[in-house]
Amino acid sequence: MSKFRISRSFWDKLIDASLPLLAVLGAFAVGAVILWLQGVNPLEAYKAMIVGAFGSKNGLADTLVKSVPLMLVALGIAIAFRAGMINIGAEGQLIVGALLATFVGLQLGDKIPGFAGIILILLAGAFMGAVWGAIPGYLKAQLGVNEILSTIMMNAIAIQVGYYLLRGPMIDPAEVAAGTNIPHSARLPKNLDMPRFTDLAQSLGFTEKAKDLGLQGYISEIYGVLAEPTRLHSGFLFAIFMAILVYIFLWRTTIGYRIRSVGLNPHASRYAGMNVKGTMVLSMTLSGMFAGLAGAVEIVGLHHRMFEPTAVSAGYGFTGIVAALFGGLHPLGIIPSSILFGGLLVGGDKMQRAMQVPQVLIMAILGLVVLFVVSTDYFVHKRQNRRVSVETSSSDDLFDDTTPAPTTAEVNA
Amino acid sequence: MIQELTIMAILLGIIHSGIRLATPYLFAALGEMFGQRSGVLNLGVEGIMLMGAFFGFYVLFKTGNPWLGMGAAAVVGILMGLLMSVVSITLQAEQGISGIGLYMFGLGMSSLLFKTMLGTVEGAQGFSELRFCITDSFCLADIPILGDIFFSHSVITYAAFALVPISIWILNKTTWGLKIRAAGQNPEAADSLGVSVTAVRYASVILGSALAGIAGASLSISLLGIFQENMTAGMGFIAVALVYFGGWSPVGILAGALLFSIINALQLWVQVLNLPIPSDMAVMLPYIITIIALAVPFRRAASPAALGKPFARGEN
Repeated sequence: MSKFRISRSFWDKLIDASLPLLAVLGAFAVGAVILWLQGVNPLEAYKAMIVGAFGSKNGLADTLVKSVPLMLVALGIAIAFRAGMINIGAEGQLIVGALLATFVGLQLGDKIPGFAGIILILLAGAFMGAVWGAIPGYLKAQLGVNEILSTIMMNAIAIQVGYYLLRGPMIDPAEVAAGTNIPHSARLPKNLDMPRFTDLAQSLGFTEKAKDLGLQGYISEIYGVLAEPTRLHSGFLFAIFMAILVYIFLWRTTIGYRIRSVGLNPHASRYAGMNVKGTMVLSMTLSGMFAGLAGAVEIVGLHHRMFEPTAVSAGYGFTGIVAALFGGLHPLGIIPSSILFGGLLVGGDKMQRAMQVPQVLIMAILGLVVLFVVSTDYFVHKRQNRRVSVETSSSDDLFDDTTPAPTTAEVNA
Repeated sequence: MIQELTIMAILLGIIHSGIRLATPYLFAALGEMFGQRSGVLNLGVEGIMLMGAFFGFYVLFKTGNPWLGMGAAAVVGILMGLLMSVVSITLQAEQGISGIGLYMFGLGMSSLLFKTMLGTVEGAQGFSELRFCITDSFCLADIPILGDIFFSHSVITYAAFALVPISIWILNKTTWGLKIRAAGQNPEAADSLGVSVTAVRYASVILGSALAGIAGASLSISLLGIFQENMTAGMGFIAVALVYFGGWSPVGILAGALLFSIINALQLWVQVLNLPIPSDMAVMLPYIITIIALAVPFRRAASPAALGKPFARGEN
C-alpha cells in the first residue's frame, strides 16, 4: 500500500464512487426524453418501473430472480475484463451451459438424490460454458483472433446449436406425440428443482404468513419475499456465495493476482515471468464457466426445462456486461449492481403493461448506460492523474481493491 | 426439386444472390475500414446498420422515394457516428465496450421505433433491378450467364462495388487518406506535423458510420423491401471481422465480402432446395467461417499500430 492511497480524501472517494451513478442517471434522463417523444409521461413510466420492480413481494422476488443469472454472468465478465479480455459471449456460453445442464438432468432422472443431482447439473453447465469460453480465449492467445468478434460469432453458433438440439435430439417426446413440435425439452424431474426460498423458510420453521404475524406495509412485503411462496429460489444465495468466492480468488490468490496483472500490463507481466497467453485462456475459460453456471442455475432454479435459446439467455449476456461495468468490475460491487439491473428488467416489463411502452426501451437505455459509464472513466482517470502529479509517490494498483478497470488496448492491438 | 433446376441454374442463382448480398457487407466494411485506419475500432456498426435500416425503410414507406430513404439512413448514421466519436475519441472510452453500448442502443432504439411507428412488418418497393437496355428489344441483362452475373442488379449494388476503387483512391492518392493512415499508424508524429488527429478520427468514424447507415438501408430498402426487428442478425459484426480478414485494404475487403455473401447465398439455397443438411446447421455456417477467417486473414497485414488506442496530446 502506498502513501497516496491512504491520503486520498473521503471526498475524492465519494466523487469517484458517484460518477457511475451519475452516468446511470444521465442514461435515464435521455430515456426520459425518448419516452416524452413517444407521448408518454416519463415520470409516470419510471414510477411504474420502480414500483413494479421493488414495490411488492412478487416484484421484488422477480427482481432477485433476474439478478441471479446477471450476477453470475457479470462475475465471469469481470474476470475476463480484469485480464484484459472482452467477453461478449456470455449469451452463448449461458445457452450451451443450459443445454448440457438440461441433458444431464434428464439423463439422471429421479433415481439420484436431489442435492447430488443438482451439483452434477451445475458442474455440467459450468463445464460446457467453460469450453465455449476457452475456444475464443485459445484463438486469441495463439492466433491473435479478436475475442470480441469471435465471442459474438460463438453466440450465434450457440443459438443455432440450441435450436438444432431442441428441434431434434432433445425435443420433449410429448411435443412429438401431440404433433405440436414446439422446440423445448421435457421437464426435469421434480427432485432436481433447486429449493425455493419458501421451502428453505419452511424447513427453518417460518410457516406463518405475514398477515398472521401482524406485519404491515413494506416490512410484510419483505417478509413475503423471504418466507411466502414466490418464484425466488436458492440460486440467489448461490450467486452471492460465488461473488464472495470470486472476490477471494481475484484478490487473495496467486492466480487471481496474475489475471489482474496481465490485464493491467501484459508486457510487464511477461517480463516478470508470467504465462500471459495461458492466463488469457484461463480468464476466458473461467468467464465462460460462470456464464454456463448461470445457464444451469436458470434451468434447475427457474425454468426446469430448456426452451428457445434466446428466451433462456434473455439478453443476460449483454445486461451482464452493464451490471459488471456498473459494479466497477468488482465482485462485491456486482451484487448490488445485478439487483439494480434485474429490477430494471422486471420494471421494464411492468412499464410495458402499465404504460404500453415497448420493453425494448430497456435495451436502448442499457446501451446508453454502457456509453455513459465508459465515458465517465475519462473523468476518473483525469482526476487520478491529477492526484498522482500532485503527490509524487507512485502506487502499485495491483494491491488495491479499488483498481479501475484495465484498458484492453494493449492486448487488442 | 433438384431435378427441376439444373446445376447451372443453381450455380448462377448462388452467384447472383451472392453479389446482391455483398452490398451491405461492402458498405459497412469499407466504412469501418476508414475508422480503423484512423485508429478507432467502431464496434457499433451493427447498431448503426439497424438504425439506418429502420429510418431508411420508414422514409421509403411514407414517401415512396427510396433515394430519400437512403439519405435518411446516412443522416442517422452520421448522428450515431457523432455519438460514437464523442464517447470514443473525445472522452477516450474503451472502444471495445463503447461499441457494444452503441450496438445495444441501436438494437433497442430501432426495435422501439419499429413497434411504435410501424407496428407490423410492412413491405415497400425500393430500387428495381437495372437491365441496361441498349435497344427496346435487347438488354445486357438478357445475355446468358454474364447478364445474370453483371447486368441485373440494383443501382445500390453497383454503388457498393464502385466504393472499392473510390476507397483505394481516397486512402492512397489524397492528402486526407494520408492523414487517416498517419492518425492510425503514428498519431504522435501526425500531431507533431500539425495534423489534428482528433479531427481526422472524427471525420473517419462519421464517414464510416454514414456508410454503415447506408448499409442497413441497402438491406431493408434494396435487398428485402421490409424492416424487421434485429434484421441484420450479426451482419454488422461480420463487417467488422471482414476488415481484419481483408487486412485493412479495400481489395481484401472486397474478396471477403464476396466470399461471405456467396456462403450466405449457398446457405439460403441449402434451405430452399431442402438438402439433407439441417437448416439450423446451415445458418451457422457464416458465423463459423467468420471465426476461421479471423484466424486465417486474406493477407498477413499488420493492424494500424494505434488501433483502439485513444490519443491525448502530450500524454502518450
